[in-house]
Amino acid sequence: MELSLFANWFLAGLQTLLLITLAPLLLGWIRACKAMLHNHAPASLWQPYRDLRKFFRKEVVVADGASWLFRATPYIVLGTMILSAGVVPLVATDLPTAAIADVIVLTSFFALARFFSALAAMDTGTAFGGMGASREMMLSSLAEPAMLMAVFTLSMTASTTNLSSTIEYLLQHGLVLRPSFIFAALGLMMVAIAETGRIPIDNPSTHLELTMVHEAMILEYSGRHLGLIEWAHQIKLMVYGVLIANLFIPWGIATKLSPEALGIGVLAIIGKLMILGAVLAIYETTLAKLRLFRAPDYLSFAFLLSLLGMLSHVILEVG
Amino acid sequence: MNIVTLSHYEQAIFVLSALVLYTSFSMLAQSRLFNLINIFAWQGTLLGMTAALVAFISNQPHLYISALLTLVLKAWLIPWMLRKQVIRLKLQREIETLATPTLTSLAGVGLVIFSYYIALPIKSLSNSITRNTISESLAIVLLAMLLIITRRQAVSQVVGFMAIENGLFFAALVSTYGMPMIVELGIAFDVLVAAVLFGVFFFEMRSSIDSLDVDQMNRLHEVDKR
Repeated sequence: MELSLFANWFLAGLQTLLLITLAPLLLGWIRACKAMLHNHAPASLWQPYRDLRKFFRKEVVVADGASWLFRATPYIVLGTMILSAGVVPLVATDLPTAAIADVIVLTSFFALARFFSALAAMDTGTAFGGMGASREMMLSSLAEPAMLMAVFTLSMTASTTNLSSTIEYLLQHGLVLRPSFIFAALGLMMVAIAETGRIPIDNPSTHLELTMVHEAMILEYSGRHLGLIEWAHQIKLMVYGVLIANLFIPWGIATKLSPEALGIGVLAIIGKLMILGAVLAIYETTLAKLRLFRAPDYLSFAFLLSLLGMLSHVILEVG
Repeated sequence: MNIVTLSHYEQAIFVLSALVLYTSFSMLAQSRLFNLINIFAWQGTLLGMTAALVAFISNQPHLYISALLTLVLKAWLIPWMLRKQVIRLKLQREIETLATPTLTSLAGVGLVIFSYYIALPIKSLSNSITRNTISESLAIVLLAMLLIITRRQAVSQVVGFMAIENGLFFAALVSTYGMPMIVELGIAFDVLVAAVLFGVFFFEMRSSIDSLDVDQMNRLHEVDKR
C-alpha cells in the first residue's frame, strides 16, 4: 500500500515533468507547421529548446527602479504554470495530483500568474509595460467567464469539477454526441487562442508597438528571467492543448497504471497534440490579426458559444 | 430523458437542432448581406437533414418529401433568388452597421431561456423523442423576429421572415412529426411566392425612395418636411 502510494506520486511527478519538458516541443511543432504552410523551410523542432538554453546562459539586466516584484515574477509565473501542469491529466487519470485540485483552481492559477506579470510589467514604469498590462487585463476579464462557462458545461454533464473524474465519466459512457460539447469545445478553443496570445488576438512572432499585448508586458525582461517567462508561456499553451485534447477526445488516456496503458496514453496524447497543433497552424495562417478594439467581439463570441453549450445542455440533454 | 439513453441517430438530431439554433445566432451577428444569405442557406440545409433524420427514426416516409422540399427550396432556390437580387441591386459589398452586436446576441440568449420556460408545459404533454427541441424551434422563431427588429435593410428583414418560416417548420417537425402534407406543400409554395413578391418589392422600393433602408419609409410625405 505504502509502496503503491509512493509509486503513484512518482508517476504524477513524472507526468508533470513530461508536460513541462514537452511544452517547447509543441511550440516548435506549431512553428514548423506554420512555416510549411507559408512555404518556408521550417526551423528545427528543437529550436525553442535552443532559445531557452541561450536565454539561461545570458546575463540578466534589471532596470534601475525595479523592485523585488520584478525579480520574483518570473519564478512565480513559472511556478504556477508547473503547478497547473500537475493538475491536468496528461497520460493517466488515476493520479493523486488530480484529486488535489480541480478546474476552478486551474483557472485561478492562470489568474495568479497573469496578476503578477501585469504587476511586474507596471513595476518598471515604462509606457509599454503599463499598456501591455492594461490590454492583458481587458482581454482576460472577457476570456475568463467564457472559459469558466465552457468548463462548467462539462462539469454539469459529469457532475464534478475534477478533471480526472470528468474524463473517466466521459470514457465510461463511450461515444455520445452531445451538442453542448461541440459549443463548449469551440468556445474553449477560442479562449485558449486568446489566452495564449496567438493570432487573431495577439501575434506571437512580432514586436510591433501598436498591437503587442503579451510581448509588451515582458519587454523589460532579459536573460534568465525572460527564459523562465517564455517557458511558462509554452507550458500554458501545452496545458490548454492537453485540456482540449483530453476533455473532448478522451480516448487513449490511461485509466489504469499498467505499463501498456501508460504507453498508449503517451502515444495518444502526442498524436492528439500534433493534430491540434496543425489545426492551430492552419487557423493562424488563414486569419489576420484583429484590431485590439475588435478583440472584445471575438471574446464575446467565445462567451456566446460557451453559453449556448450550457443552454443546450440544459434544454436538450437533461429533463 | 437523458441523452446517454438515446441512440446515436437521436443524438444526431439534437446536435443538428443545436446547430440550427447556432445559425440563428450567427445570422443575428452577420453584417454582410451575402454571408447572411449563405448562413440562411446553411440553416435550410441543416433543417432538411434534421427532417430526413426524424423521418428515418420515426418511420414516417412522408417526412422525406418535406426534407427534400426544404433542401430544394430553402437551401438552394430561395437563397439563389436572394443572391441574384442582391447582385442586381448592387448590394453585394454592402455592410450593414449593427448598432450593438453583443447586446443583440445576449438578448438572443434571453429569448432562448424565455422560450425554454414557455415550452416546458408543451414538452410534458408530448411524448415524441424530439420533444426537447420544441423550445429550440420556438427560440428560432423569436430570434428571427429579433433579426427583423434589429435590421433596417429590407433584404435582411426578408431573410429574417424566411427564418421565421424555418422555425415554424422545425416546430411542426419535432412536436408532431410534421404537418399534413397538403399544408406543408401550401406553405412551401407560399414562401416561394413571397420570395418572388419580395423581389418585386425591392425594386419598387428602390425606384421610389432610392434606398433599401426601411427607416427612410417613415419620411414618405407628399411634401418633404425636412
